[in-house]
Amino acid sequence: MPPSDLVLHEEEYQKIRDVISRLRTECNAKVVFLVDKNGQQIAANGELEAIDTTALASLAAGNVAATDSLARLIGEKEFSILFHEGERDNLHISVVGGRVILVVIFDERSSLGLVRLRVKKGSTELAAILEVMMKKSALPRKAAAGGSPFAEITDEDIDKLFSD
Amino acid sequence: MTFINYAAREINCKIVYYGPGLGGKTTNIKWVYEKTNPNSKGKLISLATETDRTLFFDFLPLDLGEIRGFRTRFHLYTVPGQVFYDASRKLILKGVDGVVFVADSQAARMEANLESLRNLELNLKEQGYDLRIMPYVLQLNKRDLPSALPLEEMKRQLLYKGEPVFEAIASKGNGVFETLKTIAKMVLIELRKGR
Ligand SMILES: Nc1nc2c(ncn2[C@@H]2O[C@H](COP(=O)(O)OP(=O)(O)OP(=O)(O)O)[C@@H](O)[C@H]2O)c(=O)[nH]1
Ligand SMILES: [Mg+2]
Repeated sequence: MPPSDLVLHEEEYQKIRDVISRLRTECNAKVVFLVDKNGQQIAANGELEAIDTTALASLAAGNVAATDSLARLIGEKEFSILFHEGERDNLHISVVGGRVILVVIFDERSSLGLVRLRVKKGSTELAAILEVMMKKSALPRKAAAGGSPFAEITDEDIDKLFSD
Repeated sequence: MTFINYAAREINCKIVYYGPGLGGKTTNIKWVYEKTNPNSKGKLISLATETDRTLFFDFLPLDLGEIRGFRTRFHLYTVPGQVFYDASRKLILKGVDGVVFVADSQAARMEANLESLRNLELNLKEQGYDLRIMPYVLQLNKRDLPSALPLEEMKRQLLYKGEPVFEAIASKGNGVFETLKTIAKMVLIELRKGR
């Protein structure tokens, strides 16, 4: 079975946003960012103006995917945390609930110890929300969404996307 | 694996360009990048070697506008075609919604095309996907070269399941958007079917 599509509804989206916003404050971080393992951005909070979040999502996912493979290659299940230290900013990457990547960008206003501690706590909360999200994603779309808007996509709708 | 965000009203789909080394996958995606207006595209990311061979992937996010009130985004990826990068290819295929196979029309590359196609089938299977039911388009690239095999011969050897076929000269842009539009449509039609 291929992995099912990921479907995010308002309720879980709001909860996720609350958690990562609180996490950012608690860590004193610049950015907290949640990405699906396939590189799809789920939610972000913080100083986002200066960052290309789509690119960040894709690269973080690529990074985790490559590192996971490296781990398996040497007989580890995974490396649960990746840490990249820069001159100004640091990048803390961890996997939540096996399927989602949590990225924290922080500078000297915070510290690795603090980030680690808060991420641990936040991850537990996020994992619980994600579990609900995954369960809902696996439902047939009609039941989950109260009627799928996509069932009604016409050929014309699709053609319109390419009309230029 | 399409990502549907009802809260933000977004759909995100992933398309992967597959095929043998030097076949023209990166050239396809670069052309799309150059010819798309700035509002509809994000940054093109190329993780490449010093000699411009794809090392891990190229990535281009495209925003196609709205469909039924949902922002429709396509994430285009290329894999590294060189045989020894197989581990990376497997990673890029994760979560794929549709595949474009970029074949090299030169006679000398037919064996490499066939090997890459078998490799695609196998790597998809490993992840639980089935090429026989996945949105799939065949692009015959480098039609400008004198050593290009005749169209019928290419089709005979590479056609997998009656998929749409496009002749292309990616370095001049010929066939590039036709290919992309067709695979994108196929992915959306798949989405319409739901499950
Ligand atoms: N003559 C001709 N050359 C082409 C065409 N398309 C691409 N090329 C050239 O072929 C070479 C390889 O193209 P790439 O797009 O880098 O190939 P690739 O499939 O990404 O290769 P890998 O990254 O190694 O997998 C480049 O020099 C391109 O300019 C074409 O239609 N005709
Ligand atoms: Mg390439």
